[in-house]
Amino acid sequence: MASITIDNLAKSYGTYSVLQGVNLEIKDGEFIVLVGPSGCGKSTLLRMIAGLEEVTSGEIRIDASRVNERHPKDRDIAMVFQSYALYPHMSVARNMSYSMRLRKASKEKIEAAIAGAASKLGLEPYLERRPKALSGGQRQRVAMGRAIVRQPKAFLFDEPLSNLDARLREQMRAEIKKMHGDLKATSIYVTHDQIEAMTLADRIVAMHGGLVQQVGSPLELYDRPANLFVAGFIGSPGMNFFEGTRHSDGVRLADGTLLKVQLPPGADDEQGITVGIRPEHVELSAEGVGATVDLVEPTGFGIILHLSLNGVDLKVFTSDRAFLTPGQQVSVSFPTHHLHFFDAGGNRILR
Amino acid sequence: MRRSILPVFAHRLAILCYIVFALFPLFWLLKVSLTPNDLLYSEGVRMWPSRTTFEHYAFVLQHSAFPVFFKNSVIVSGSTAIAVTIIASLSGYALSRFTFRTKYWIVGLMLLTQMFPLVMLVAPIFKILTPLGLTNSLTGLVVVYTAFNVPFATFLMQSFFDGIPKDLEKAAMIDGATRFIAFRQIILPLTLPGIAATLGFVFTAAWSELLFALMLINGNNAATFPVGLLTFVSKFSVDFGQMMAAGVMALIPAALFFLLIQRYLVQGLTAGAVKG
Repeated sequence: MASITIDNLAKSYGTYSVLQGVNLEIKDGEFIVLVGPSGCGKSTLLRMIAGLEEVTSGEIRIDASRVNERHPKDRDIAMVFQSYALYPHMSVARNMSYSMRLRKASKEKIEAAIAGAASKLGLEPYLERRPKALSGGQRQRVAMGRAIVRQPKAFLFDEPLSNLDARLREQMRAEIKKMHGDLKATSIYVTHDQIEAMTLADRIVAMHGGLVQQVGSPLELYDRPANLFVAGFIGSPGMNFFEGTRHSDGVRLADGTLLKVQLPPGADDEQGITVGIRPEHVELSAEGVGATVDLVEPTGFGIILHLSLNGVDLKVFTSDRAFLTPGQQVSVSFPTHHLHFFDAGGNRILR
Repeated sequence: MRRSILPVFAHRLAILCYIVFALFPLFWLLKVSLTPNDLLYSEGVRMWPSRTTFEHYAFVLQHSAFPVFFKNSVIVSGSTAIAVTIIASLSGYALSRFTFRTKYWIVGLMLLTQMFPLVMLVAPIFKILTPLGLTNSLTGLVVVYTAFNVPFATFLMQSFFDGIPKDLEKAAMIDGATRFIAFRQIILPLTLPGIAATLGFVFTAAWSELLFALMLINGNNAATFPVGLLTFVSKFSVDFGQMMAAGVMALIPAALFFLLIQRYLVQGLTAGAVKG
């Protein structure tokens, strides 16, 4: 197992810049999730760590030694691909042991490693089968088995669950988490699914436009998003945003409402400000602002209400199964301690 | 739902017509090769002679240079097929997987070579090969055929490599293989259908090539089979029976070859590699 350091890493194709100066310190045994919308550079970053993409500038260090120029085979890492990338002409056992056969390990060692991985992943009945005779979930297990057998310094996962259906994804997610608990292996996991990111990560790295937006524990990103992007990306249904301007005694929203909050002394009055609140923090209460119900989405666990508040869209999540229909009037209130404030540049205003 | 029988019938009939159309020349080849000389012109046009004979086959095998032609053809076609397939696998892989500065020009040049009528090239090639001592030699033919077949075979192999997910060799390289080992142990086995197709294509092309064989070879010692067939044409007559017998025997290796590789031609080995 190993620590990984990413130092001012950049990648560009010609003049097109994919990653622009990423810094990251990954501790031994940590589970890091890179999350972001497609095209944010997360997969490129992972492939650069694997050695599948060349580094334009900056440095990658595994256990304090520079690996920029090292061939993938010499980096001692394992990777699980979204497409599984199993060798179709080899049995499950041979797929898993390919790395050991390349290293000319002894037959007994190989058999022990296969048996160990197979029992961990419940693959014993399938060892002699070809990948095409397996289901999607089983194929993904074989891919993980192949990574385990490799006994690498770090595991890299490139959207490994994206091809599975929802039920299986949930199950495999738990298995990956359990596997990480058992092996304590340094892991880097790429996904665009923020639920996967929240549930798996020790620390999440939220990326956008080739830049790291925020690094922190899942709850840190959820409770204290560093900027508008992270606030909007993490959480489902997404955070509500209202535009407003700054006043000496609070924030005046676009519709004229004055929110009385204490903001740290900053720049001048009349500065643009964005106020955010998560749907589950909006309260349906007897007294408050009146809003019209546009749409009701029951999820079973609760309901998502789409409201229209003075012409502004607002989403509310409530676990209380209030019987509401579109067109109905409700009143909502915004507890001020749950509000997030972002300045004109989109950065969080600390309170 | 019941399907009408008529479209199915018409479909089968169309296929049957095509098969008859395609195989009829082969049937005629066989028929003439079995017809005794005295019946060839006397019986008129018949689907099958009233009496058959193997005398043409016996004559061709015992009294003509056919075995030599046959051996030469096997050597030339086999060597060409193997050489072209090796070169085309490597170059096709390069075109499929790498981007390099001269790629555009190399592809353009390879296409350009396919645009010339071969007749135009006979004289220059003869001029090049003579000082090298490669005229009238099987090696010379192999070199020329290889040069002509590599561009097309490269594109053919490239399309097969394009069909194999890049993640596979990436996974192999992460597992500890060099790029070449990943190519040999992971990618090549999956390209067997492509390799079979290329081998078959090049083998048959070389097997039936006449123009260069005729121009570069004189004398029977290095003649390939298509050139040898012409020896059955004499000044005043054509020995159709013997020529056809030789033709039937020349079909055998090509047919055997395809019988051997057809398993790979139809097999989709990549099934199960990625989500499907």
